[in-house]
Amino acid sequence: MREVLRVKKPGLFTTVQDLGRPNAIAAGVPPGGAMDRFAHRAANLLVANDETAATLECTLSGPELVALENCLVAVTGADFDPRVNGEPEPTWTGIFLSKGDELAFAGRRQGGRAYIAVAGGIAADKWLGSMSTNLMTKRGGMHGRQLLTGDVIATAGDAHTPAISGRHLAPNQRPDYSDHTLGAIAGPHLRRLGATGRRTLFNAEFKVSRDADRMGYRLEGPTLDASGEELLSFGLAAGALQVPRSGQPILLMADHQTAGGYPVVATVASAAMPVAAQLLPGDRLSFAEVSIESARKLRAAQRAALDSLIS
Amino acid sequence: MPAPRSTTRVRTHPLGDAALLAELGTRLDTALNTRAIALANALKKRRDVRQAVAAYASVTVHFDPDQTTHDALAAAIKRLASKRPPMAEPGRLHRIPVVYDGPDLAAVAAVLGLSAAQVAEIHVRPIYRVFLVGFVPGWAYLGPLPEELELPRRHVPRTQVPAGSVAIAGRQSGIYPLPTPGGWHLIGRTSVKLFLPDADPPCLFRAGDRVKFFAAQT
Repeated sequence: MREVLRVKKPGLFTTVQDLGRPNAIAAGVPPGGAMDRFAHRAANLLVANDETAATLECTLSGPELVALENCLVAVTGADFDPRVNGEPEPTWTGIFLSKGDELAFAGRRQGGRAYIAVAGGIAADKWLGSMSTNLMTKRGGMHGRQLLTGDVIATAGDAHTPAISGRHLAPNQRPDYSDHTLGAIAGPHLRRLGATGRRTLFNAEFKVSRDADRMGYRLEGPTLDASGEELLSFGLAAGALQVPRSGQPILLMADHQTAGGYPVVATVASAAMPVAAQLLPGDRLSFAEVSIESARKLRAAQRAALDSLIS
Repeated sequence: MPAPRSTTRVRTHPLGDAALLAELGTRLDTALNTRAIALANALKKRRDVRQAVAAYASVTVHFDPDQTTHDALAAAIKRLASKRPPMAEPGRLHRIPVVYDGPDLAAVAAVLGLSAAQVAEIHVRPIYRVFLVGFVPGWAYLGPLPEELELPRRHVPRTQVPAGSVAIAGRQSGIYPLPTPGGWHLIGRTSVKLFLPDADPPCLFRAGDRVKFFAAQT
């Protein structure tokens, strides 16, 4: 283990995340992991890490980090205007930090969650096979909590390749975070909406309410009526759009509850989840019905973009 | 005599492009739940399945979309579900001590026209089945609760329920493993820990286990 970064300021809400603990859902433990998996994977690949390595997920604002050693980092996802010693640095690009350099962020320009990867991969508490932070159980990541001033970030191993900065993901290869139309696949209980409700779901504009976090987003907008016979609880997945009795849908995100009994009218395509992950309270969004086949094509295109970073 | 052909019909629905919901039925029924658990166990052995989670009468299957398609997996599920499930072993039996002094006990008794002691007596009577582990870490849906105790959920859920609270709602009972919000009626408490963060799996109960409550003084 090498100590590489010291937290001078933690940012509003910064946690350690990886690809989560999918095997723990049978025990009722949320799968967790990075909300924006594309940005998380890309950040790792830009510094020659394995995609499964842990990164920092920074919500709404970035931290201030001081390099304790020379190291290679990359910032992806939301654009919080990254700076090294005050000088602007590009996102989606490997950045070389010399010992003593300070990585900070001038302010949010687009999106809600930025990811910071460090060559070698962040070392943190592992719980049920994952370093992702689970706040409810206070496990995983930085001792089950968000980063605090004075924390020291260590890397798991030596960087795989010599620290060469400048690796870059072209803008046309990144998700278009400005397009808030989320492709969604018809869900098990879509029929409950009827023809009118279905049109509303796939045409109307919704807004992310203030009740939005890593568990899910409660949406505001037209109410949907998915009432009917009470359902027995069933296992859920991230991206599922639940409609509770209030008619205000809930979009399930990475730390979602593992089972529930509300009707699921649609599920956001996995390729659209990075955009969903960047939404903040007040952002407007809509859903466009897509077939499983087109969802698979979008997913393959994202995979190809990531593969372009693997040398 | 040939084994009777199963009449269980399974319906599959996409849950996005990397998961699907396989429904065996829509009733709270021990036989359906046994089949759901058997189906989940059979699916977990497949290389294209990442995780299969059994619920009351359904299985949610998370799969690797690079290795299979929704249609191919749905066909495989139909084949698996048409087979007679292996004889289910009886689930492990957990004996759980309960102090019946919950904050809702008096109100529950009053609504049901019972005494508090009768509520406790009826609650300890059955051997409950763990139908589903989920919702929050370590939570288990237990049932069926005797009809005499059937009540809808509280109108206003509590914002914080203490861990260890023993609760009832509908035809179900449960124990809050962690301090969480909750809308069930709290009739007692137990000192038994349901969420075991340092164990793997990190929970005491597994789907298919059996639970017997008994009244304790403290």
